[in-house]
Amino acid sequence: MALIEVSGICKSFGSGADRRDVLIDASLSIERGEFVSIVGMMGCGKSTFLKIAGGLVSPDRGRVEVNGVQVRGVQPNAAIVFQNYSLLPWFSALENVRLAVGAAFPDWNKDRQREQAARHLEAVGLGKALQRRPSQLSGGMRQRVAIARAFATEPEILFLDEPFGALDALTRESLQQELARLSSAAERPVTTLMITNSVEEALLLSDRIVPMTKGAHPLGHPVRVELRRPRTAGELMHDDHAAHVRAHVVSSLTRDLKPSTKRQVA
Amino acid sequence: MKRAVNLLLPLIGIALALVVWAGASTLVPDLPSPVKTWQESKLYILKPLEKRGEMDQGIALLAYYSLMRVARGFLLGIAMATPLGFLLGMSKTATRIFDPIMQVLRPISPLAWLPLGLILFQKSEPAALFAIAVCSMWPTVINTMAGVRAIPQDYWNVAKVLRLSRFTTFAKIVVPATLPYMFTGFRLSLGIAWLVIVASEMLTGTPGVGGFLWQEYNSLIYAHILLAILTIGVVGFVLDRLMGMAEARLRAI
Repeated sequence: MALIEVSGICKSFGSGADRRDVLIDASLSIERGEFVSIVGMMGCGKSTFLKIAGGLVSPDRGRVEVNGVQVRGVQPNAAIVFQNYSLLPWFSALENVRLAVGAAFPDWNKDRQREQAARHLEAVGLGKALQRRPSQLSGGMRQRVAIARAFATEPEILFLDEPFGALDALTRESLQQELARLSSAAERPVTTLMITNSVEEALLLSDRIVPMTKGAHPLGHPVRVELRRPRTAGELMHDDHAAHVRAHVVSSLTRDLKPSTKRQVA
Repeated sequence: MKRAVNLLLPLIGIALALVVWAGASTLVPDLPSPVKTWQESKLYILKPLEKRGEMDQGIALLAYYSLMRVARGFLLGIAMATPLGFLLGMSKTATRIFDPIMQVLRPISPLAWLPLGLILFQKSEPAALFAIAVCSMWPTVINTMAGVRAIPQDYWNVAKVLRLSRFTTFAKIVVPATLPYMFTGFRLSLGIAWLVIVASEMLTGTPGVGGFLWQEYNSLIYAHILLAILTIGVVGFVLDRLMGMAEARLRAI
């Protein structure tokens, strides 16, 4: 049985003439321990799908099940990393992470919570920046704090909403590697759903890639990535299997863009 | 050079105001000139802490009485306003319940509240505090409410994702996020409280800058009216600056 089963999700925003259908009958199932990426272009509703799967937004129709049980709201064993970091600017890096640890492990004493927070910040290379506020950290360092905050709660399920979207290419790459390392180093397998608009990012990290387009049944056929880990961007560039996956994903994403009638209107 | 200009320009403004004042005093016989005002007031300014009678006291003492009254009324006001602001910010239902009352109560002058306070509390001191509190609370209510509503969705998401309890969400997210708005409210409220104090002291005849002003008017010592007016202005300015500095420190976070 799949760990996460998202089925028949419909969601629209606004009403009357302003009503926009963002998701029409979207379904996805994720096995325990799997790393699944949804790749899609801007505006295809992938972020909304993730927020619904993560329990931040409730769907108009459809259901989210974890371990066969329907869930409403954020699951206790899940963590979410956002594109814009979502750190609290009035707290230090350590306090931001400790707040999460305190909420996840309320019966630990303060020292143990701090120790857990510090250990996870050290794991992402921020051991020397524990006391800094988010405003004193670079974008990459802020996202490291956010990732440390997620892992410090020892989640079973991790939702990543374009976690590297706001970062420059070099920072992005080193953080991708870091995330891959943290995921495989966790004591129990972390089941991960990531949203991205980069096929390369998905190739680097995922077991399965799901292309997403607009319209009904937006989630296409998943493609399995059969490559050894850890993967590097350099390897992927010359690997035949990676090329095959890339071609498949890109063609599913661009299939709907072909009709020439649209171009005439433009 | 630039510093000299920065210093000089405000002085030009003050000099101009003094010229206008002196000119007006030649036209209106009852209005004391700046020089006469100084001569008749210097006892109060040079011996600011001397107590000669109930109203006949140094200007610093009078200002101190007024400030203490303002402090109590203001604290009472924000003690009511801050929780109300949070409530209105977080609950649409509460807003719909209280909004009409607020809109009606807000424009009422302190002069109108004071007699009601006297009826309610029988004594002038609590009536003055009541008037200050009721008049000065609105900017804090409205700014706190606006601050809560302006909390970015990101922060609410953090609370949801971390599954923070209601109390933790309030203490660790809502209050810190609202603090700069609250302080803007506090600064505006304090300004109003200082406006109200003069009116309430004039009506109740309690010792303080406003009471002094009214007594000297009745005693036909017009120079002291000007002394009281200037004192009110300077103290109000200093209060606003102090609150502004506290506010700026909060915004720097």
